[in-house]
Amino acid sequence: MLHAAVLLPFLAAFFIPFIYRGVKQVHLGWFVLAVPILLFGYFLTFINGVLKGVHTLKTFEWIPSLGVNVTFFIDGLGLFFALLITGIGSLVVLYSIYYLSKAEKLGHFYVYLLLFMGAMLGVVLSDNLFVLYTFWELTSISSFLLIGYWYQREKSTSGALKSMVITVFGGLAMLGGFLLMSDITGTTSIRGIIENADLIVNSPLFTFILILVLLGAFTKSAQFPFHTWLPDAMEAPTPVSAFLHSATMVKAGIYLVARLSLVFAGTDLFFLIVSGFGLLTLCWGSYMAVRKTDLKAILAYSTISQLGMIMAMLGFGTKAAILAAVFHILNHATFKGSLFMVAGIIDHETGTRDIRRLGGLFTFMPITATLALIGTFSMAGFPLPILNGFLSKEMFFKSSLHFEHASPIVEAVSPFFPYFAVGGSIFTFIYSVMIFFRTFTGKQRDTLEKQPHEAPIGMLISPMILVALVVIIAIIPDTFGHLLLAPMVDSVTNLVVDPHIKFWHGLYNPELYMSLAVLIFGTLLYMTRTKWVRIYDVLPGKMSAAKVFDALMNGMVKGSEKVTNIYMTGSLRHYLVYILTFFIALLAITMSVTGGFTLSFDDLAPIALPEVMIAVVMAVAAFGTIFMNNRIAAILVLGIVGYGLSLLFVFFRAPDLALTQLIVETVTVALFLLCFYHLPDLDKEKSSSGTKVVNWVISISVGVIVTLIGIASHSTKMFEPISDYFIKNSYKLGGGDNIVNVILVDFRGLDTMLEILVLGLAAIGIFTMIKLRPGKKGGNE
Amino acid sequence: MTSLLSTVSTICIIVIAISTLFLLYRAIKGPSNPDRAVALDTIGINLMAIAGILAIKLETQYFNDIILLIGILAFIGTVAIAKFLEKGVIIERNRD
Repeated sequence: MLHAAVLLPFLAAFFIPFIYRGVKQVHLGWFVLAVPILLFGYFLTFINGVLKGVHTLKTFEWIPSLGVNVTFFIDGLGLFFALLITGIGSLVVLYSIYYLSKAEKLGHFYVYLLLFMGAMLGVVLSDNLFVLYTFWELTSISSFLLIGYWYQREKSTSGALKSMVITVFGGLAMLGGFLLMSDITGTTSIRGIIENADLIVNSPLFTFILILVLLGAFTKSAQFPFHTWLPDAMEAPTPVSAFLHSATMVKAGIYLVARLSLVFAGTDLFFLIVSGFGLLTLCWGSYMAVRKTDLKAILAYSTISQLGMIMAMLGFGTKAAILAAVFHILNHATFKGSLFMVAGIIDHETGTRDIRRLGGLFTFMPITATLALIGTFSMAGFPLPILNGFLSKEMFFKSSLHFEHASPIVEAVSPFFPYFAVGGSIFTFIYSVMIFFRTFTGKQRDTLEKQPHEAPIGMLISPMILVALVVIIAIIPDTFGHLLLAPMVDSVTNLVVDPHIKFWHGLYNPELYMSLAVLIFGTLLYMTRTKWVRIYDVLPGKMSAAKVFDALMNGMVKGSEKVTNIYMTGSLRHYLVYILTFFIALLAITMSVTGGFTLSFDDLAPIALPEVMIAVVMAVAAFGTIFMNNRIAAILVLGIVGYGLSLLFVFFRAPDLALTQLIVETVTVALFLLCFYHLPDLDKEKSSSGTKVVNWVISISVGVIVTLIGIASHSTKMFEPISDYFIKNSYKLGGGDNIVNVILVDFRGLDTMLEILVLGLAAIGIFTMIKLRPGKKGGNE
Repeated sequence: MTSLLSTVSTICIIVIAISTLFLLYRAIKGPSNPDRAVALDTIGINLMAIAGILAIKLETQYFNDIILLIGILAFIGTVAIAKFLEKGVIIERNRD
């Protein structure tokens, strides 16, 4: 049943194109809508079990020999994310029905969306590391497809490419971490790894594992400095931005850190990296968001900073911090989803998302404005107890003040954390307020392409539900705390917490003052923002992660082009130099390391004078060939070497070889003469003295090496030769006296057959090369 | 084999080898390609002689094929080279 549930989106995605072709009258989204609603209902039924501590586990054997089985596992954390994915998924599909017109390629859109939904469910429910990784990459791919949905636009494709490069980079790093973890613990199950956490923490590879896994989580969840893909992913249709890039996919990294924090948490390294980068992301994201003028870009940076905040809390690792983190995951999904939908509505109804061109929309779009008001103020953590963002922000402040686990590093670093938290929150306040006031209040500009008006009710339903949830969660946080958050904290830390969330922490609590400080400083800074906005020319200035990324990509392309151009010169002479250099180096090193150069004079034959003379003739002729300036002369002198060789064969009593060598030599000389007619005269070699020296060194080294190996192989006889067998059996078994010929056609006939094949192919090749001349008619010259 | 025959054949091989060395000098030095071609042709004949004497020395009949073959090839090769030197081609195209 559980497997069927995860499989359902994929199955639906398979049938979508058929429905799209078949049913033209009804918007395709209505059919798709059934899937997430069904799944949402199905996952709701697990709440009871999870509350009682019952963890559902279903296994389907996939590759049992490698220990990779599709095991799905439902505990508090997995269930929460499954509900989030299917719940927000339903709302997004509903919203997209009104957002996307029927003229779009709806079939593509919903196939990608369903693929993504199924993959995401797989990520959060998998118990097997490698199944998790499979689904993880599937989310990257479907996200890539969704970002590039309007593939005619250059920005969409470049945004899609960027997100793909960064997330897949992280995904691969994560796979490395997973492999190390499963190797150390001997299991591929996440629960098994958590049980064996001490093996990992004590292993010498712990640092590597942690960094590799966190690379995966940080790239997916857009943590500094990998956040740069998220703003560019805003080229996707707004429902996609709302679903993937605020509520679900970017939380996959959060999920991973939460899921594995039972393994890593408690170590200083985890604490430093996760909370450090989380806070950095929080501050940098909110700081950068203030600078943006595009609604979706502000929301993208806002998502980055909120994800940083959640990550930081996961890094703190205290009970209160984890509770605050999971609470904020829920809150962020609600208000950020609704804000993206609001941004989409504004875009849809006015034709622009640029806040410099918007203003005074309150009177035209009162409902949208109200939704935006609640959403933005909740995001800002405005101190009103009917906004869930306020509650989780208070808890964030509180958790940044108290740290449980004591180690010198933690004690040295943690006092600075509240300042970062407040600093990031001040900027969060500024941009949240900016989104609302600059869009909905002030003067109305008359530059808009459309006359602004209220959105259709269908488009408003989804953000309304989400905003309603914002308020409901804030009013009855305890209910949600008991139902969803407590089991989640339990899965993250193995601790039972009191999920009681207070509306009001009392007057004398530091976190309230922190909130008030955020409110006061935020308001002041917002009022005076024209005065200090120049700071952006200084601090990000010309540096930003996007520019670094572009420079890296360009640098890699140009650098690899340069490197390739250095050695791929197109000159065969150079390639031959590489090949021979490696030949010399490898053989010389191997032979000298293994002591292969041996010399023994044991069974050498006596040398006769004629042999010496023939050798001298051949050597002189071979040497003479090099210095010939005339092609004909060169080939004639080379012919002497060939004839000398055949004479050596005669001396060494190999008549068959001598015969063949003679014929081949003659034919070769004749062939060379045939070719030379068509070639220009041989030029005097003009290469520089440097190249000449290199050529000499290389050729002499090759000669020396081959000679040494020849001598060495003669000096080391490890086995008796098998030729005695041929001598004894050539007549008995082969029926012939000529041993060479019996070997060629009888004992080792297969080689001969293939040599014949080679000759045949060469003949056919020559024939085709001469006859077939593309570009000329008739084939003949 | 009598020792006289052995000694004579050894002397013959050495003399022919020395003549081959001189031919080699001519083949490398030139000065013209016909010089080289003639030198190569004569080297071929010398090879026949060496193979023959060697057959006597080793008391074998298997080298007789080689002697004949060298004769044929040296002739064919020399004709080919001569034709190339004269006309620039070895196999002329049909003129029809």
